[in-house]
Amino acid sequence: MSIVLACLSGFALAVASPWLYRLARGATGWLLALFPAGLFLYFSSFLGTCIAGNAVYTAYPWIPTLGIDLAFFIDGLSLLFALIITGIGALVILYAGEYLHGHPHLGRFYAIILTFMASMLGVVMAGNLITMFIFWELTSISSFLLIGFDHQREQSRAAALQALLVTGAGGLAMLAGLLLIGQANGTFALPHLLSQGGAVRQHPLYLPILLLILLGAFTKSAQVPFHFWLPGAMEAPTPVSAYLHSATMVKAGVYLLVRLGPVLGGTEAWHYLVTTAGAVTMVIGAVLALWQTDLKRILAYSTVSTLGTLVLLIGLDTSLSIKAAMVFLLVHALYKGALFLVAGAVDHAAGSRDITQLGGLARAMPITATAAVLAALSMAGFPPMLGFINKELLYEAKLQAPRASELITTLGILANVALVGVAGIVGVKPFFSKRHTTLQHAHEVAPALWIGPLVLAGWGLFNGLWPDVLVNPLITAAVNAVQPEITSVELKLWHGINPVFGLSVITVIAGVGLFLSHDLWFRENWRAWLLQTTSRISPQRLYELGLVGLNKLARAQTRLLQNGYLRYYLLTIVATTIGLVGYTLFMPGLPTVTTESKLDILVHEGVIAGIIILATIMAVTTRSRLAAIAAMGTVGYGVALLYILFSAPDLAMTQFAIETLTVILFVLVIYRLPRFALLSSTPARIRDALVALLAGGMMSLLVLAAVAGPFQSHLAPYFAAHSLDLAKGRNVVNVILVDFRGFDTLGEITVLSVAALGIFALLKLRKEH
Amino acid sequence: MEIILAIVIGVLYAGGLYMMKRRSIVKLVIGLALLGHAANLLIFTMGRLVRGRPPIIPTGAGQLQAPFADPLPQALILTAIVIGFGIQAFAIVLIKRAYQTVGTDDLDDMKATDGI
Repeated sequence: MSIVLACLSGFALAVASPWLYRLARGATGWLLALFPAGLFLYFSSFLGTCIAGNAVYTAYPWIPTLGIDLAFFIDGLSLLFALIITGIGALVILYAGEYLHGHPHLGRFYAIILTFMASMLGVVMAGNLITMFIFWELTSISSFLLIGFDHQREQSRAAALQALLVTGAGGLAMLAGLLLIGQANGTFALPHLLSQGGAVRQHPLYLPILLLILLGAFTKSAQVPFHFWLPGAMEAPTPVSAYLHSATMVKAGVYLLVRLGPVLGGTEAWHYLVTTAGAVTMVIGAVLALWQTDLKRILAYSTVSTLGTLVLLIGLDTSLSIKAAMVFLLVHALYKGALFLVAGAVDHAAGSRDITQLGGLARAMPITATAAVLAALSMAGFPPMLGFINKELLYEAKLQAPRASELITTLGILANVALVGVAGIVGVKPFFSKRHTTLQHAHEVAPALWIGPLVLAGWGLFNGLWPDVLVNPLITAAVNAVQPEITSVELKLWHGINPVFGLSVITVIAGVGLFLSHDLWFRENWRAWLLQTTSRISPQRLYELGLVGLNKLARAQTRLLQNGYLRYYLLTIVATTIGLVGYTLFMPGLPTVTTESKLDILVHEGVIAGIIILATIMAVTTRSRLAAIAAMGTVGYGVALLYILFSAPDLAMTQFAIETLTVILFVLVIYRLPRFALLSSTPARIRDALVALLAGGMMSLLVLAAVAGPFQSHLAPYFAAHSLDLAKGRNVVNVILVDFRGFDTLGEITVLSVAALGIFALLKLRKEH
Repeated sequence: MEIILAIVIGVLYAGGLYMMKRRSIVKLVIGLALLGHAANLLIFTMGRLVRGRPPIIPTGAGQLQAPFADPLPQALILTAIVIGFGIQAFAIVLIKRAYQTVGTDDLDDMKATDGI
């Protein structure tokens, strides 16, 4: 019960937060940050259970007939994510209160970011695939709202829509994949799935399932070629970028892959697809980060690279690579969260995020600078930071890759060198290079803006020195959840001099070299050219073209189908009906149309039928208005006569009365209307006539097909037996109308009254002058 | 007899649909009336045709004795006839008012509800 409460209480708080903001104003951030901090402590209490290799599972029936439960599941993997989400969540909410201080929609911001946090907790703690999907979509929606938070700016709205469309499309694919997994295994419940993963791998639809799930994971975790939405998402306020688009939401795809690894992984297809996507993303993200000028975009591309590395590690699927991935997940959340928050603080204090404009801020902002440098050191993998331990692990995992380890290690070195350079550019350059003249008014920021980055970056240093505290148990629990044979993970700062250490040294030296020579490599013109060229060949262009094409298609089909001409609508409807009914009529299995005993025609019946047919032809072909109305009346009277002949006196009486009224009404009005004119062209008339005749012929066939079989009414005998004793009436039709189906008649009377009111209004109301 | 009625229904459907596709709004309303007859007769025939046995319980009898005409389609059609009349009457008055206001009975020229 308490797990459910922990997951869902965020939604309740989200609803209440705008009111809380009205009461508490500037203190709201501090107050609200207590909530994720409390959750952080609560979830920490599960650490013991998870290290022992146990999981907690609670399920409440939701749609039991479909096997859908509102289920929650905590194992080491969920716990690692939950602690990152709540821990960084607390710091980010605190930060946001100061960063968006005085913003007119701050209350709304708290509501959305708390919604996001609760949804994200839901994703990583869902114990049922469908529950997970719903929370997954909620994170996409709250991400949309947060990216478009400054909704008055067009770029924000466009970026928000882009992120929503890309992740939403992936989410739909994922839903299809999840449903297929459920079908293949007969359950959506996570614990059952994990214990019987083989079923999906043996399933004939394994490859489609894998591709659909990967689409969901890759769009959410910004893998090439879907990566472009993530730099776009930097339109969001900086706390959002730090939280959603670096530490948590973009890792949801990674979580999904690790979570479903035991169900889907271990095959060649999995290995090649996941590894390739990860490797490509790792390199492209790192390289693209090098020539950006905006601090946040640099960080976004380096995040893309990190996500690629994580996906690559999952694809390698060795116990070492999973361990490296878990550590990297944590390390990256710490240093990248810190660097994003630093970027926001710099923007706040210096008024710019352009690295070509920033420099020498260390004297004005000593605390922020400390946090930035610590985070950058961790990112670059300097000892004694946690990032150093992580880098060693990454290289170790890549060197021991089951296939193409040389290629993967080389690409890894390439990406890491670029990322060391990037770490310097974002964490060191703004604070220590030559001070720019425009930055005279830069000042240290308020505590709420430096607490977050300092805590995160300091944690990276602390855990580098003492990995036994929190990190070792946490990583043990997480790895154990994925690979039950591993029961203990011991991270150590110093491994001795070995090939891995050699690679680390080479990376750091080359990366520092790249950082120092960065300005030489990327001169202004060259940088501008690179930016322009890469944006021209980016998949984003494809997205934009697709959007334009979609609008064009919508307009074209609207013009075609919603053209505003009643006769074309009718034509479409009639043609479709002819097609569908005609197809069904000529399918085998229907009673064949027989003429037996259907031909006992009495002379007067034949004459009446002939009159109706002739009058219809007359009504259709005549050029005289009066003749058309007279013919219409004749048809009505003919039909009434048929009712008399075939035992329906009530119908006949009603029909006579109403036909008379209609004709009188028509005649009264008709002389106020213009004469009939030939409005349509001859080809149009011929086409309409052909379609009408076809439809008429088909209806004739339909009648014959329908009356060909025997007919057994279950209702007629009931009415025949009970009309007198239950309803005290001898005319069964009348009894049905006023008694058995009396409410129908009430409805009918209502329709007539409304029609009468409408007629009255049409006749009496005039425009006032 | 069903064959003859099937042909009558077919002709009524064809005539009604053809008239509904004309540009004159008066013809459209006439087409609507023909289509109404066609649909009513269709339902009527579906309940099978019985000569001279209306569903009325004779005095002295407690219930209907077979064979009798099916009362349920008749009840449905009765409702349909009355509602059809409501629509007809409304449509006739509407086209009169529309013509007064817009000045045309050509559907293609009826682009606005304000007078010309």
